[in-house]
Amino acid sequence: METVARQNFDAGKRPAITIRGLMKTFAGSPLYNGLDLDIPKGRFISVFGPNGCGKSTLINLISGLIPTDGGEILFDGRGVADVTIGYVFQNYRDALFPWMSARDNIDYPLKVRGWDAARRQRRVDELIAQFEVGFDLKRRPFELSGGQQQLVSILRALAPEPEVMFLDEPFSALDYEMTLFIREKLQTVFEQTGVTMLLVSHDLEEAVYLADHVLLLTKRPTQVADIIDFAAPRPRNDATLSAPDFVATKARSLAIFQREVRR
Amino acid sequence: MSRLASWAQAGLRQPFWVGPLLIFAVWWLAAAGQWISPKLLPDPVSTLAALWTSVTDGSLAGDFAGTLGRTLAAFAVAAVLGVPTGVVLGSDTRIYRSLEFAIDFFRSTPATAMFPLFLLIFGIGEESKVGVAAFSAWLVIVFNVAYGVMNARPTRILAARVMGASRARIFRDVMFFESLPQTCVGLRLGVSYALVVIIVAEMFIGSANGMGRRIIDAQQIFDLRQMYASIIATGCLGYGLNLLFLSIERRFLDWSGR
Repeated sequence: METVARQNFDAGKRPAITIRGLMKTFAGSPLYNGLDLDIPKGRFISVFGPNGCGKSTLINLISGLIPTDGGEILFDGRGVADVTIGYVFQNYRDALFPWMSARDNIDYPLKVRGWDAARRQRRVDELIAQFEVGFDLKRRPFELSGGQQQLVSILRALAPEPEVMFLDEPFSALDYEMTLFIREKLQTVFEQTGVTMLLVSHDLEEAVYLADHVLLLTKRPTQVADIIDFAAPRPRNDATLSAPDFVATKARSLAIFQREVRR
Repeated sequence: MSRLASWAQAGLRQPFWVGPLLIFAVWWLAAAGQWISPKLLPDPVSTLAALWTSVTDGSLAGDFAGTLGRTLAAFAVAAVLGVPTGVVLGSDTRIYRSLEFAIDFFRSTPATAMFPLFLLIFGIGEESKVGVAAFSAWLVIVFNVAYGVMNARPTRILAARVMGASRARIFRDVMFFESLPQTCVGLRLGVSYALVVIIVAEMFIGSANGMGRRIIDAQQIFDLRQMYASIIATGCLGYGLNLLFLSIERRFLDWSGR
């Protein structure tokens, strides 16, 4: 059965992010040459594609970490500077501030936004309760395990109640046990907050497991190869991984991925 | 367990005493066996006795204080002028690149080669000695602070930027802390450089007191015990300053490199 590849998300809902004519060139060769994309609000989107296709670059361009060479990216009509976003880096060790306690790390973006002390304390306490943080946040990041550090990173990104969360391979520096732990925490975050999530992943299983939509990219110059929906109910668990729906979605995504790699 | 036994155990676990004991033993053997002429090497016991006498009769105190005071004065000047300069250089690669050659050139020039110039500018008083030492320490502080600021981890800066922090805020909250470990290295090297230059200056520019003056005076009158005793005292001063800076670093910058 051959289905037509989708070049964009369904435009039925008002999108969280609108990308038009995105251009980015690295060392003279175009990475993005006029990409159009509407990212739906309140959905979990996993970005997957061949090596060097610019998965991370895409979320870095959208989040304003690196400048675009052309095109327009709007968050419901506003530029990125006017929007509260959260970003979780691959390498939590380099992203957290080791001179502050874990709690002060989570608190820092609230300080930057000028919240008063009482409101900040309420918000951090709320996060700790919501995500059942069981370790001592008075300790500094390097005194915590890798998984605990990445959880602190996620809470820090989540603290100022962002409209969009960007996650750049947040599991790749973790061992398998910690990956499972953070994956479940991330699912809880999404269920409880409904924040729009953009996850870059190099592991198709986790990409599909967490996603409402898998965004598959082509080789450079990068375009959308296809968008695959995965509608399994949440909370998803180990049983999800062997459900026929999951296996079929993963197989279909893999087929498109391999077609793009060979192209 | 008795206190003595627990000390003995600690001494075996961290045998820091082996080095000094070895030096003492070799020195004693060399002196006793006259491997080296007694005209050049007195025995260690009488040398340490001379050091003890200088400490207890107070004759060492003035020279020790003089050198320590000059070194700290030179270091203070160098730190106060060097840290801000390093921060400015490090925060803008264009400024750094345009001054890199000048800094590297003067860093490669022995500071002691500048003595005549500083004598011309400041005269033969304290200012010229402290001036050269401060100049020498200033260069190493500037270089290390600039290096520390330039090598702040980019991810941490990006993390603060994506939270909406302003440039000034990123500088104060992230780059400042990121540069602290390297700044401390610069300050520790700076105080060592200042001591070296001060000792040489006291020897050859001339000085009313100071360990450099004390060492060269002992040599002139061939009081070898006193000369070695003063060298050891100067070594203790340098070691003590280094230890002080290291312990400050360990206490306050234990997150460095994490």
